[in-house]
Amino acid sequence: MKKLSVRRRHPLAAVVVLLLALAATGGLYAAFAPAGKAQADAGSQSLTIKEGKKLFEVGCASCHGTGGQGSSDGPSLVGVGAAAVDFQVGTGRMPAATSQGAQVPRKKTVYTQTQIDQLAAYIASLGAGPVVPTKQQYGPDGADIAKGGELFRTNCAQCHNFTGKGGALTKGKFAPTLEGVDPKHIYEAMQTGPQNMPSFPDTTLSSQNKKDIIAYLHAVDSSETTNPGGLELGGLGPVSEGLFAWIFGLGALIAVAVWVAARTAKAKKS
Amino acid sequence: MSSQDIPEENLPAEQDHAHGAVAVADEENPFADPGLPPHEHRIQDIDERAARRSERMVALLFTISMLATVGFIVSYVTIPHDKNIFVFPIGHISALNFALGLTLGVALFCIGAGAVHWARTLMSDVEVADDRHAIAASPEVRAKVHADFRQGAKESALGRRKLIRNTMFGALALVPLSGVMLLRDLGPLPGTSLRHTLWAKGKRLVNMNTNQPLRPEDIAVGSLTFAKPDGLEETDEEFQNELAKAALMIVRLQPDNIKDKRELDWSHEGVVAFSKICTHVGCPISLYEQQTHHVLCPCHQSTFDLSDGARVIFGPAGHALPQLRIGVDSEGYLQALGDFEEPVGPAFWERG
Amino acid sequence: MSTTANDTSRARGKAPAGERIADWADGRLGIYSLAKANMRKIFPDHWSFMLGEVCMYSFIIIILTGVYLTLFFHPSMNEVVYHGSYVPLQGQMMSEAFNSTLHISFDVRGGLLVRQIHHWAALIFLAGMFVHMMRVFFTGAFRKPREINWLFGFLLFVLGMFTGFTGYSLPDDLLSGTGVRFTEGAILSMPIVGTYISYFLFGGQFPGHDFVARFYSIHILLLPGIMLGLMVAHLILVFYHKHTQFAGPGKTNNNVVGMPLLPVYMAKAGGFFFLVFGVIAAIAAVAQINPIWAIGPYRVDQVSTGAQPDWYMGFAEGLIRFMPGWEINFWGHTLVLGVFIPLVLFGVVLGAMAAYPFIESWITGDKSEHHILDRPRNAPTRTGLGVAWVTMYMITLVGGGNDLWATHFHLSINAVTWFVRIFFFVGPVIAFIATKRICLGLQRRDRDKVLHGRETGIIKRLPHGEFIEVHEPLSQEQLHTLTTHTQYAPAEIGPAVDENGVERKVTASEKLRAKLSNAYYGEDNQIPKPTSEEYKEITSGHGHH
Repeated sequence: MKKLSVRRRHPLAAVVVLLLALAATGGLYAAFAPAGKAQADAGSQSLTIKEGKKLFEVGCASCHGTGGQGSSDGPSLVGVGAAAVDFQVGTGRMPAATSQGAQVPRKKTVYTQTQIDQLAAYIASLGAGPVVPTKQQYGPDGADIAKGGELFRTNCAQCHNFTGKGGALTKGKFAPTLEGVDPKHIYEAMQTGPQNMPSFPDTTLSSQNKKDIIAYLHAVDSSETTNPGGLELGGLGPVSEGLFAWIFGLGALIAVAVWVAARTAKAKKS
Repeated sequence: MSSQDIPEENLPAEQDHAHGAVAVADEENPFADPGLPPHEHRIQDIDERAARRSERMVALLFTISMLATVGFIVSYVTIPHDKNIFVFPIGHISALNFALGLTLGVALFCIGAGAVHWARTLMSDVEVADDRHAIAASPEVRAKVHADFRQGAKESALGRRKLIRNTMFGALALVPLSGVMLLRDLGPLPGTSLRHTLWAKGKRLVNMNTNQPLRPEDIAVGSLTFAKPDGLEETDEEFQNELAKAALMIVRLQPDNIKDKRELDWSHEGVVAFSKICTHVGCPISLYEQQTHHVLCPCHQSTFDLSDGARVIFGPAGHALPQLRIGVDSEGYLQALGDFEEPVGPAFWERG
Repeated sequence: MSTTANDTSRARGKAPAGERIADWADGRLGIYSLAKANMRKIFPDHWSFMLGEVCMYSFIIIILTGVYLTLFFHPSMNEVVYHGSYVPLQGQMMSEAFNSTLHISFDVRGGLLVRQIHHWAALIFLAGMFVHMMRVFFTGAFRKPREINWLFGFLLFVLGMFTGFTGYSLPDDLLSGTGVRFTEGAILSMPIVGTYISYFLFGGQFPGHDFVARFYSIHILLLPGIMLGLMVAHLILVFYHKHTQFAGPGKTNNNVVGMPLLPVYMAKAGGFFFLVFGVIAAIAAVAQINPIWAIGPYRVDQVSTGAQPDWYMGFAEGLIRFMPGWEINFWGHTLVLGVFIPLVLFGVVLGAMAAYPFIESWITGDKSEHHILDRPRNAPTRTGLGVAWVTMYMITLVGGGNDLWATHFHLSINAVTWFVRIFFFVGPVIAFIATKRICLGLQRRDRDKVLHGRETGIIKRLPHGEFIEVHEPLSQEQLHTLTTHTQYAPAEIGPAVDENGVERKVTASEKLRAKLSNAYYGEDNQIPKPTSEEYKEITSGHGHH
């Protein structure tokens, strides 16, 4: 982590990043090219893993061990799969600060998506695990929003609130807000169960179920969500409504009452 | 309201010496009440132009109200009920709600503001003192009322004819019982219904999400699954009543992480099934932390340790979550090995 | 009166129509006698005297909007499939109650507005009653002859809480359903009868098929009916007692100074209704409340974090959240103290408020009427107790929202709960002591002001070099206002031997009363107000210091 941030400030860092990005674009093109993954060049695949290993050794190995086998500072990453890496690093949770509180919060991403992909490829090569979902899996096509809502209320709302505003867990831990979270990351979180969140593997919450949930969240918890009644007040329910009623409702009425009861200005005797 | 004849005891140490306005402060009483201050004129009282301005202001407010009402009607008629608009800084909102609310608000507010402004600036603001009169009746009235009452009571002979009195009281005391009786059919008697759920030996555990029976291999360590008894469908008449007792929360632990022996015995390969209904007041508890194995209730924060027989470790719940004994049937599906051993959900007097 | 009526009837055709209608009504209703007493009734001007009006008007608004809502709401728990215009719920199973609430919100033009006005007005109604009650408490307006009206007001507040709660439960959404489930759990905790009451209330097992319909008749008929009656009684008593007033020149215990009902208060109070309605309508236009579509229909196995009741029940929620999980099992029975104690505390905390006027009047032994309001500082012990009560209430409110405190202030929910557990007991004590100190300090300042005058801020240098601040003597009005309050002497236990030399037993209640009285009015518990002698001595001795 520290080493990495030192390197990022190196004068040549920009060039390195640019080169990496170029390489990645090529790699991405290859990945999304009509030929598909199956025919992807084995050579470029192993190159990606190699790059990922390098990144891992610099940024992650100090906690997770040089071979990703884990240490006292971080769990083993063997078998967590590419999805877990993409989620943890893609949401900025990893690399984590050395002294963390009750849980590792979401923050600014340190790596580019290409680097994340490389890291993910490397971790995936250590042991089979959930793969990064495709747009097809988390995209809105063919999703049943209403079913998603029902699933969300059954599986997710208890921690993340009705519309994904987040909530408290024990001893300072919390379920984060889901607003503005990349659908891909939501999918990955359900699949892998990061930190204290339980996982919802495809065997119990099918891929279609996950798609439905993501579509529902987009409908009720995004910047385009309509709140017909007006200010959403945080979507937190009666507590914020009560505060609003006291401060703005009763407050305004008391201000009005002061005006009603006040003496009218007297003409100045002069 | 209260009789005045009780001699006043423990009077205030110093009686309110200013009772009854004293016009000037004299040597004896420097704190005497100087009486109401003289009335001062407002600008509207002495300047007709100012009064006119107030009048126009009031009229303007009433006119704005009329316009706002017209606006309300126009909005009602012209704005489709499903039209959404973006209003900074509120966000995406219903155009109709916003328009109707604001026009109605303005229409009402301006009537009020006009009336108050009128009262404040144009109506007389001379303060008037009104005398208060003792609330308690005078001794004569009091004596008269008491006498009348005694007279009436005597004429009724209620005190003398005890038989009438007693039977009347008896009748009046009994008759409300009919009303109480009528409440009996508000609901059935509890019987043992709080002790039983739909779970029984051989009942499969069906996944809430997919409506498919669960296999132990479906449930990964660290995952969270909810289940209902096989055969209970959302369309059933008693779906809610049955689910309120039967809802299950299923997690898988490493068997050597399970500290409670009974929990281990009742699990299947580390898969444990607990009632989803909090033992405090019945919220569906399910804030499962997969690393600590704690489950928190979102309503009142009771915390249970699923690795230790769902023992209460924090909060207001009084006892552990009931566990369902599970196993696998011949086709490899998870099944219950009987009903819960104890009543699920909130505790009650007969629970024992 | 009758001669006037005869005169006008003779001059038929000439009298204006209004007068003729009034005459007609008077002949049947006797309105002139009523008007004689009330038309020019005097009301004192003070903003805090309008808090009660805020409550009355929001209550009227609630009734008006509530009647509108009943035209569309179906109080039924039959399960239906949603086909309305809110997409994220289409095809979902829900009760008819929830379905019709969605219909009101999305398919009835203005339905959402009325719903939101209804709900916002309810929150404001209860907040208004709370503040109104505090105003009455801290100014001592509950004293004789107004104790009964205090009780009426208190009942209105409590009934308002339950009316609000039953209304909140009607849409049968996931949030309110969770609240109803809590109610069931709370009822079940009652010893002996709990299970039966629960089965009778819900028509069997929870949730059953009846509670929406039952809550509906309670919410729209039973409770508001009682409240309406109480409110009318409350108002009649306000009229009958005439309003209290603050001390001031010309204002005595035997008069009431202000403006007449007709025309000033007719316009001000009438106008205030529209102002209140206007403000609430505007709030309903810009702020969303209880978006049941985002919350979803109630299902017993679903829940959301942040499940709280409306604010007025937050205090009950807090009590139940910070209670430790005590449960006693004996002879095949369970005593659910973890739920039952909060239930009892709920009654005790509220009941303490209701009983206070009677306790205070017992301590003072004062049987006279009080129409001049106390300034809170002049009743330090009462003010301290009131602030302690409010502190306790507020701390339980914090407890009721402990999860949101945790997430928004990055705290541990366990730490917040422990804070509440400790400060529920400690907080009121600190608040009491601090408030009483402050009150006594303010009393001392008043005393200094009376005796030494107001600090003008003008610094003067005396010929011998000393700097002094010029104190300006108070006006007669101010002198009177600051010294007119009554001060009690602590009650003493009467002689233990009566006039015949027979020893009298001093009862425990007498001793208690003497102790309490001393705590209220004893030395150091109130600052004696300046006497005329002190004033004269100082003013004559001092010159212009």
